Formats: sequence, C-alpha cells, structure tokens
Amino acid sequence: MLTKRIIPCLDVKDGRVVKGVSFVNLRDAGDPVEVATIYDREGADELCFLDITASHENRKTIIEVVEQTAARVFMPLTVGGGVRTLDDIRTLLNAGADKVSINTTAVQQPEFVREAAQRFGTQCIVVAIDAKQSGQADRWEVFTHGGRKPTGLDAVEWARRMEGYGAGEILLTSMDQDGRQNGYDLALTAAVSERLSIPVIASGGVGTLEHLYDGLVKGKADAVLAASIFHYRTYTIQQAKAYLRDREVPVRLDPA
Amino acid sequence: MIAIIDYGMGNLRSVFKAFEAVGHQAVVTREPRAIANASHVVLPGVGAFGDCMANLERYELITPIQVAIQSGKPFLGICLGLQLLFTESEEFGTHKGLGLIPGRVKKFSLDPSLKVPHMGWNEIQVVRPAPPLVGIAPGSYYYFVHSYYVEPVDSTIIATVTEYGKPFVSAVWKDNVVACQFHPEKSQAVGLQLIKNFGAWT
Repeated sequence: MLTKRIIPCLDVKDGRVVKGVSFVNLRDAGDPVEVATIYDREGADELCFLDITASHENRKTIIEVVEQTAARVFMPLTVGGGVRTLDDIRTLLNAGADKVSINTTAVQQPEFVREAAQRFGTQCIVVAIDAKQSGQADRWEVFTHGGRKPTGLDAVEWARRMEGYGAGEILLTSMDQDGRQNGYDLALTAAVSERLSIPVIASGGVGTLEHLYDGLVKGKADAVLAASIFHYRTYTIQQAKAYLRDREVPVRLDPA
Repeated sequence: MIAIIDYGMGNLRSVFKAFEAVGHQAVVTREPRAIANASHVVLPGVGAFGDCMANLERYELITPIQVAIQSGKPFLGICLGLQLLFTESEEFGTHKGLGLIPGRVKKFSLDPSLKVPHMGWNEIQVVRPAPPLVGIAPGSYYYFVHSYYVEPVDSTIIATVTEYGKPFVSAVWKDNVVACQFHPEKSQAVGLQLIKNFGAWT
C-alpha cells in the first residue's frame, strides 16, 4: 500500500539552516547536511530545502548544500526558492535534487511550468502555493514573493490550472496558519486535494502529532510537511509515524 | 567498473553516489567504449519516454545498450530505464521502445481517489528473487514516482509486484537484466542493499 509521506523542511539562508534547530549530538546544528543526515536516520520519507537566500551571489551555496546532501542521504530531495529559469532547474537536478518547487515564477509566467514539465518530466516539478483566506467562505487567495504580494488568483482554481500545465505535485501552504502551531488549514487542504488528481503536500501550522493526522485524514493530503516540531525535537519522525500508524494511517515504519 | 549511462535525463548523481556509498566503482558516461568495457551497466532515467528515446538515438546509445545486454553482463534498468526496454509506450501517443522485452508501457487508469503520479513509498512483493533482490526483506518499502507501468507479455519474467489500486509489475528479471520501476538510489537502506547486490552480481 502506498504510504503517506512525512517531510521535514529546512529553511536555508546562505548555506545555513535558519529558524531554530535544537538537536543534541550535532556538531553544527546550522549545517543543513548534518540535519538532513539526522532526518535520514530517523526515516523521514523526503526532505525539503527552501532557499531563502536574499542575494543572487549566494545562490551557489544551495547548490553545494544539495551536492553534499545527495552524496550522503539517499532519499528524495525537493529544493525550492528562487527557481526562475530552466537553467536553475537543470543545475539543481544535476547537483542531486529530485524535484524543484516553483512559486512566484509560476504566477509570473505560467508557461514556465509547462516548459519545465516538458523538459524535465512532471515528476520533478512541484508547484508551491502560498494561500490566504479571502473574505468569502471557502475561498483562498494566492500570494507570491514569500507571502507579501496578493495575486487575485483563487487557490483552488490556480492549483487545477497548474496540474493542467504539468505540475507533478502541489506544495500547499496556509499563510493564515503558518508559524502558529494551530494545525493545517484543513478546509483549504481538502478543497485542493479533492479537486486534483496529483498529490498534495499540506504545509503551515503543525504544532502536534494530531495536526499531522488531521492533515492526512481530514485534509486528505498525500504528504505532510513540517519544520519546527521536528527541528525543536518536540517530536521525532519515528514518534510521528508511530502515532499515525496507531491510528491506521499507512506510513513507512521499520520495526525498531 | 560500473557504467551508468548518461543520455541527458534525470538525476544521475544520486545513482553514482549510491554505488560509491556501497563501495562499488562507477562512472557516468555516454562513451560506447566505456559501456563496452564495463563489468556492469545501469540505465537510469526520469522524464518523458519519447524524449528519452530521442536522446538515446541522438547520443547513439541504442546499439551500445543492445550489445551490453547481449554480452550477458549484469544490466540494471531504473524507472524509465525499465520502461525503455519494452516494445512500446502509450505515453503522449505511441512511442517505440528498445524492444528488448516484449510488452507495453501503460498509463495508470485508476479510481479517481488514487493520485497519479504514483508517488511515494510502497511495498514490493518479491515473486522471483533476482540476484540484486537477495536478502531484501518481504514487504520492504521502496520509493516510486511514475504515471506509467509495464506489462510484459511473458509473465514469468516478473520479479516483484506492488499494489496501487491493483497489482502492477514493479521489477522484471530476464537472464542478466534486472529492471525496476522504483528508485533504489532514493530508497535509503533497502535501496542501497539492492545497489550493493547488483554491483556484486557476476
């Protein structure tokens, strides 16, 4: 049976993990490669790096991080942030990324998603959507530029359009919930997942293991992404998976 | 030396690093001579079937692949590298494959509640333990990402099956050729075990 995926996400700036990471037994908790290695050992199903490097000159540092990670960790790796050209995608894939996530550029040039999917295959094109509740019930608006810029696009419609353009997966972040540890926006997640035939990753708002369960079951997500609950060691990946397995959510959990 | 065939598609670095991690020497190449001299050959690949065939033609790799398979040396196909061995695929119209294994590559047609691509970790059931699969525990999880699956004419070559809505063929084994739909290079310990076994297969 296909299992639900648990994906820890690392925000990387100028080659270093930002947002707190509190692992014991790590020489350097700011080193994304070391953190990736820990998550690998714990049985994470995939890893996500989000490059939030501000300046263009520092872009090459994420390439080095991806190269070093791919040499040590043998699981799927998604890299997002600042992907603007087909060359950007080629460079990341050559460095060892399996998928790239595209956000702002998809809104600015939707055809870019189509070209990227045709060139590299739909399986490696993830479209990231940052969505926020609009005034109306069950409507969410897409934002870009790290959530600063409203677009007027309806999130569900936009997700469907991106599926049609060849996105292989949608990474859906609720801006209302992100960072609040109150749980995913389940109505948003379910609305998108039910209307798409490609996988949807829920993101934004996890504080407890129950939130992961709700995202997968009530939100009907195919995968759940979380950052701080794993970084701060509130829970380990195994604890999350054991919790889900006990509640009959199919997860990949090797017998300890 | 293990030759990993580079025809401009997909993330070859992971395949290379996986062999390196388990102590097998490998090289990423599109040189016919390197492929001919290799002890083992790997055909990886992600992307669209038609583009991949076009690239194999462009880089004049079809004959070296056929020769490698006929020579009897261990050959591993991964993901699209499995599908390309078949007669034809229905991806974006009909495309001819390498025709080394009779059969077709078909699109998943499933209950709408099941997402396509089939993406994530799923179990393999070993039907015939090909040498690279020896020692892999029953029901091990491997990482998959694909929208098409293979249907060999000769069902006796099926090595593993996986369930997604219905059972589909997730690996085949015919003589010196083992090819899998899943990605061992992305499947953590059980994946590396398969890679290690393949490199040790003679």
